[in-house]
Amino acid sequence: MAQLKAGTRLKSAVCTTEVMVIAAPKDDVSITCGGAPLLAMADAKPEGGAVAADANGGTLLGKRYVNASGDLELLCTKAGQGALAANGAALGLKEAKPLPSSD
Amino acid sequence: MNLMMLLEMAASGFGDRVAVTNGAVSLTYQQLFDAAGSAARVIRASGAERMAVLDVSSLAVPVGLFASSWAGRPFVPLNYRLTADEVEKLLERIAPSYVVTESGRVASLAHVASTSVVTREAFLDAATSGTAGEPDWSADADDIAILLFTSGTTGAPKAAVLRQKHLVSYIFGSVEFGAAGEDEATLVSVPPYHIAGMAAIASSVYSGRRIVQLPTFSAESWLETARREKVTHAFVVPTMLARIVDLLGDAASAELPSLEALAYGGGKMPQSVIEKALRLFPGADFTNAYGLTETSSTIAILGPEDHRAAIASDDPAVRRRLISVGRPLPSVEVQIRDENGAVLGPNQRGEVYVSGEQVSGEYLGRGSSVGSDGFFPTRDGGSMDDAGYLFLEGRIDDIIVRGGENMSPGEIEDVLLEHEAIADCAVVGVPSEQWGEAVAAVVVTKPGQKASIEDLQAWVKKHLRSSRTPERIEFWESLPYNETGKLLRRQVRAQLAGG
Repeated sequence: MAQLKAGTRLKSAVCTTEVMVIAAPKDDVSITCGGAPLLAMADAKPEGGAVAADANGGTLLGKRYVNASGDLELLCTKAGQGALAANGAALGLKEAKPLPSSD
Repeated sequence: MNLMMLLEMAASGFGDRVAVTNGAVSLTYQQLFDAAGSAARVIRASGAERMAVLDVSSLAVPVGLFASSWAGRPFVPLNYRLTADEVEKLLERIAPSYVVTESGRVASLAHVASTSVVTREAFLDAATSGTAGEPDWSADADDIAILLFTSGTTGAPKAAVLRQKHLVSYIFGSVEFGAAGEDEATLVSVPPYHIAGMAAIASSVYSGRRIVQLPTFSAESWLETARREKVTHAFVVPTMLARIVDLLGDAASAELPSLEALAYGGGKMPQSVIEKALRLFPGADFTNAYGLTETSSTIAILGPEDHRAAIASDDPAVRRRLISVGRPLPSVEVQIRDENGAVLGPNQRGEVYVSGEQVSGEYLGRGSSVGSDGFFPTRDGGSMDDAGYLFLEGRIDDIIVRGGENMSPGEIEDVLLEHEAIADCAVVGVPSEQWGEAVAAVVVTKPGQKASIEDLQAWVKKHLRSSRTPERIEFWESLPYNETGKLLRRQVRAQLAGG
């Protein structure tokens, strides 16, 4: 459990997924990918880790993932095999509502 | 956070797509990524602490922007219209630097201390012949990404500081990754030293929309390039659109069926120009964007739906939104405050304040003017209606104070522009013994049309309070604008004072 900060980058311990925190809840939150807690970018990945069978939905490059209350938003900056979850609940794909191009 | 993240994602997601086209030459996202990495090593090896590009819109601009971010050096796009003396003064301020410029300029800059000057061609050769190398850019969100010098019509130009976090937040807040279709292309005609020119590169790369560069703007070259490259998107400042609609004259349409979206901003758009443009580009969605250099470009948008709703409405309050700059982006907050900083309610006029991750508000060596509450005073006057549409009323510094009464030049200019004989006008305050400041107007008449001073005074008096009537009116051939279409009010005031 840790308090997240917008702008922080994190990586999966068990697949190639990388994310950036776009919005973070005030309270501590535990985020997992492929069933394993996310790591700081500088951390070494433990060897032999594998994506859990119940968390293998995968992540898609450039997609935004949100929790049910909408106060947590992660941007996938590198795709992978694991699925993202916060405090045990799977994160959903945020529906993209592109703004009109302005520059 | 680093702008390189955006390009890395684009190269990884759709690396074979064309990222940027200049004349006959194009780079894919992967090639742009590789060139950035290769050029980053050249910049680091030069010992430079900043990278400058003194060039028209060329491939050296996007390559240089991303290479600078990769190398961890601020990118400084310089105005190629400055005189040799002015350029030299700026180069002295950013030394030691690595400068890319047109071949004709290299010799004249060779003597500037601690400055490595290379031609655009040599830079691009070095960038495209090497390999990218390992991604080793800094993740520090506080690194400076871009330094943009203001035009500095009085005193030395100031350098606006845009950090990685401001620009990357702007993109994440306003653009969806890879949202552009494969056939989409945007015509970038604003110069690289304008914030919109920088923002266009980052937005287009992240959305996957091909950039078509127009090295220097003319109405002819804009239309020719747009048709040849079948562009789907474009951003123009008001003077550009005015010249384009002038060139097209009475034509039935601009014959640019590929154009889906035309965005405009960077100054006040005359209503006559936008009305002509709506007729000439019948297939295009119109978006009005409001932003400042200090806010990493756009903070409010009047989108295509807003345009349509305003045009279709019988309610004058809704119709009026056509002259608004729309509503704030979801990622920023806008407030209107009085001169004591108190937040004002709907339809009350004050100063526009903005907060959000993309807001810098910082000038090099002067710190940030963002308050402890996170809000930045834009120095733009304005108001918001009940639905949150923002109406601008010009720069606070241009407000005329006549006998203790505040009046905005824009209000008087709008009335003068409605007069049938007037093509263009500027209203400024001039010193007055009696009133402190008096209202003066400079007008340009339409070809073959005439108006007398008395006519125009009566016209303003008919529409506004009598205190708004210009005490002094002069007829000029043209008004002074800078090359991106900003009216140079200081120059108008100076000329009036001198005359």
